[in-house]
Amino acid sequence: MAVCVAVIAKENYPLYIRSIPTENELKFHYMVHTSLDVVDEKISAMGKALVDQRELYLGLLYPTEDYKVYPSHQLCRYGYVTNSKVKFVMVVDSSNTALRDNEIRSMFRKLHNSYTDVMCNPFYNPGDRIHSRAFDSMVTSMMIQVC
Amino acid sequence: MEGLTLSDAEQKYYSDLFSYCDIESTKKVAANGRVLELFRAAQLPNDVVLQIMELCGATRLGYFGRSQFYIALKLVAVAQSGFPLRVESINTVKDLPLPRFVASKNEQESRHAASYSSDSENQGSYSGVIPPPPGRGQVKKGSVSHDTVQPRTSADQQEPASPVVSPQQSPPTSPHTWRKHSRHPSGGNSERPLAGPGPFWSPFGEAQSGSSAGDAVWSGHSPPPPQETWDQTTVRTVASATAANEIRRQSSSYDDPWKITDEQRQYYVNQFKTIQPDLNGFIPGSAAKEFFTKSKLPILELSHIWELSDFDKDGALTLDEFCAAFHLVVARKNGYDLPEKLPESLMPKLIDLEDSADVGDQPGEVGYSGSPAEAPPSKSPSMPSLNQTWPELNQSSEQWETFSERSSSSQTLTQFDSNIAPADPDTAIVHPVPIRMTPSKIHMQEMELKRTGSDHTNPTSPLLVKTSDLSEESKINSSVKFASGNTVADGYSSSDSFTSDPEQIGNNVTHQRSHSGTSPDNTAPPPPPPRPQPSHSRSSSLDMNRTFAVTTGQQQAGVVAHPPAVPPRPQPSQAPGPVVHRPVDADGLITHTSTSPQQIPEQPNFADFSQFEVFAASNVNEEQDDEAEKHPEVLPVEKASDPASSLRVAKTDSKIEEKTAASVPANVSKGTTPLAPPPKPVRRRLKSEDELRPEVDEHTQKTGVLAAVLASQPSIPRSVGKDKKAIQASIRRNKENNTVLARLNSELQQQLKDVLEERISLEVQLEQLRPFSHL
Repeated sequence: MAVCVAVIAKENYPLYIRSIPTENELKFHYMVHTSLDVVDEKISAMGKALVDQRELYLGLLYPTEDYKVYPSHQLCRYGYVTNSKVKFVMVVDSSNTALRDNEIRSMFRKLHNSYTDVMCNPFYNPGDRIHSRAFDSMVTSMMIQVC
Repeated sequence: MEGLTLSDAEQKYYSDLFSYCDIESTKKVAANGRVLELFRAAQLPNDVVLQIMELCGATRLGYFGRSQFYIALKLVAVAQSGFPLRVESINTVKDLPLPRFVASKNEQESRHAASYSSDSENQGSYSGVIPPPPGRGQVKKGSVSHDTVQPRTSADQQEPASPVVSPQQSPPTSPHTWRKHSRHPSGGNSERPLAGPGPFWSPFGEAQSGSSAGDAVWSGHSPPPPQETWDQTTVRTVASATAANEIRRQSSSYDDPWKITDEQRQYYVNQFKTIQPDLNGFIPGSAAKEFFTKSKLPILELSHIWELSDFDKDGALTLDEFCAAFHLVVARKNGYDLPEKLPESLMPKLIDLEDSADVGDQPGEVGYSGSPAEAPPSKSPSMPSLNQTWPELNQSSEQWETFSERSSSSQTLTQFDSNIAPADPDTAIVHPVPIRMTPSKIHMQEMELKRTGSDHTNPTSPLLVKTSDLSEESKINSSVKFASGNTVADGYSSSDSFTSDPEQIGNNVTHQRSHSGTSPDNTAPPPPPPRPQPSHSRSSSLDMNRTFAVTTGQQQAGVVAHPPAVPPRPQPSQAPGPVVHRPVDADGLITHTSTSPQQIPEQPNFADFSQFEVFAASNVNEEQDDEAEKHPEVLPVEKASDPASSLRVAKTDSKIEEKTAASVPANVSKGTTPLAPPPKPVRRRLKSEDELRPEVDEHTQKTGVLAAVLASQPSIPRSVGKDKKAIQASIRRNKENNTVLARLNSELQQQLKDVLEERISLEVQLEQLRPFSHL
């Protein structure tokens, strides 16, 4: 149900960003970009030493906003940050089904796991764009879940 | 033939083709069959082929010499290019593309069609056929399924190195984009040397097989990859080498393109060893990265290969993972596209035994390999772990069984003990037969019956039976003791009796033999101290029984006899003797018991003697009765307290000594105590005897004691201050009882500790096994 998934590196450049193809991807890119500010804000607001799974999940970053292309859709952005300050931002379309918080969390968990798998690959240099097919397939599965 | 000038590429190409056709390795003549096949693969009309053959002079010669062959090839190229076939055209036509041969091989032809349609079909297009001239679009037709994106090595192709072992069939996936992509650049590059039929295996710096590899390639290497490479002229010119052999192997067509042959596997294993000598170890990611980077595959592909092969995602490669990765690299270099998912044949075995356990590599086996490292739950193999746990569980269960057995045998232990106890009839332990204990002779008789009876389990019922039986048997004496013990137990304390009864009974039974000697002396054994007293029943129970039995019988005699200097044992033996016997008799046992203990100090002396004699002579019971009668008269009160205490002490001691043995005497003692204070002294004697004899030897001891008592009694100056003697005897007995009880106590404590230790150890084992049960 995610319409867009992005992995942002610590330096706030995207490592991976992918949207459902029918969308105006640029719009999603902008949305993700603006979300970064919110993410940073939340990070700084949190305690320094809080390294809890819960803390990793930032929750809804931005109030829902209508999706221009499909007026009926409402987009919610969720954020998730890892301990290494790698951020995951996910834009979900909540028009079809109201995704529960837990579902979002589980999706982020999957993302995180796939990301660690990518990291484990010795051929992957941190900071490179993520080209892992496994990662792609995982994201695809998330995106086509509901649609 | 006209002079034939060939470009380098052509030269190479033609030489390869020639060697391919030169199945007989004559280097001179190309096999006609092959040549024909080749020409057929050129997809030229038959007449054209004939023309070519004619032109090249083969028809003249009847065979294809090298020059003819070359000319033929050139003509094929000419024909394919659309030029008219002229002899002179071979030289005139410039920049003639290399002849294309499509699915020339027979099978390939058939496959060829199929290959066109199916990507996965390897063999199709150019199986083994001469690689199409680089850049020719036809490759597309042939290769079809293959999209080998062979990065173009700008360098000229090295001599055809036999393609690295590559799966016969290309992986099904392979998007064509790669190919096209790569094709473009190579497209027009007709000059690109056809390195050889197959991709080379560069990275490992192995010697490249020479042109012979080409042969191998031709013959063995049907898979499209070679074509792919040529097709795209992206043949990797890597220092092939090793691959050669493997490639040949590869020719053995596998249905599964991803299967690893033995040679391949061996090769992989050797490579693994160079990095990691321990076959069961890991190759860390960095080392693997370096190694595979040598293959000159793009990082992206290597990354993907890693993704596929690192099954457990631990950042390290096990042997199997390494082999899979290597295989994928080889395949990739040969032009096979990487699959999206790891093929089954390459999957490492997942044996989820332990997280870090490394399952041994199984050479030659491509299937599963032990994959160490924690396998994520997704990884199936919980079974192996389960399998492992099963044996442990079984073991644990066995242990449990044993434990249970042990626990169940605990009672047997006591019984054994009791059985052991009555070892010597000669033992001096003379347990004052607490006649008192036994509420009545009846009890004792019952006890005896019980003893004699085979039934040890039910103290109460068998008692009756046993008593009767006991009376009957010659062993009555001993049995009486037992019985008395039991009966005593019964009458004693219902609670304890049950538990100790069996023991006592057992003991009694065993003791019977031993007691046989003593029994006659003893009056019907006072109802054997109830088995029920597990605490001290062990050692002392029997003793108690015996003692009681003895004392009951001998109380009068024993008690009296003991006070004299004679070691209390003998006296008690006497006392128990008659007492023991007493119970046997149904008559007046109660009185007997009651009296005997009471009369301990004094009368027993008298009674004992007489009783002993009587016992020895005749019916014990009767004598016991007599004794009992006598006993009660004596020492009714004096010993009251003492006997009681002594009895009790004796009881405890007996218990401590042996559960079974003790129970009997305990019972006996118990039985006696309630009777009346007077009996207590008698009991005490019994107890002391029991205590003195922690073992089951009581009976034997009793007998001995009895004898001793008998002997001593007469000598004992009864007349002399019986009171004094009685007191002294009682004191002595008390002391003895104390010591015996103390000993029993210590022994029981020890046993308790042992049992606790056992229990703890078993619990620990259980705990250790428990985690495995969860898996």
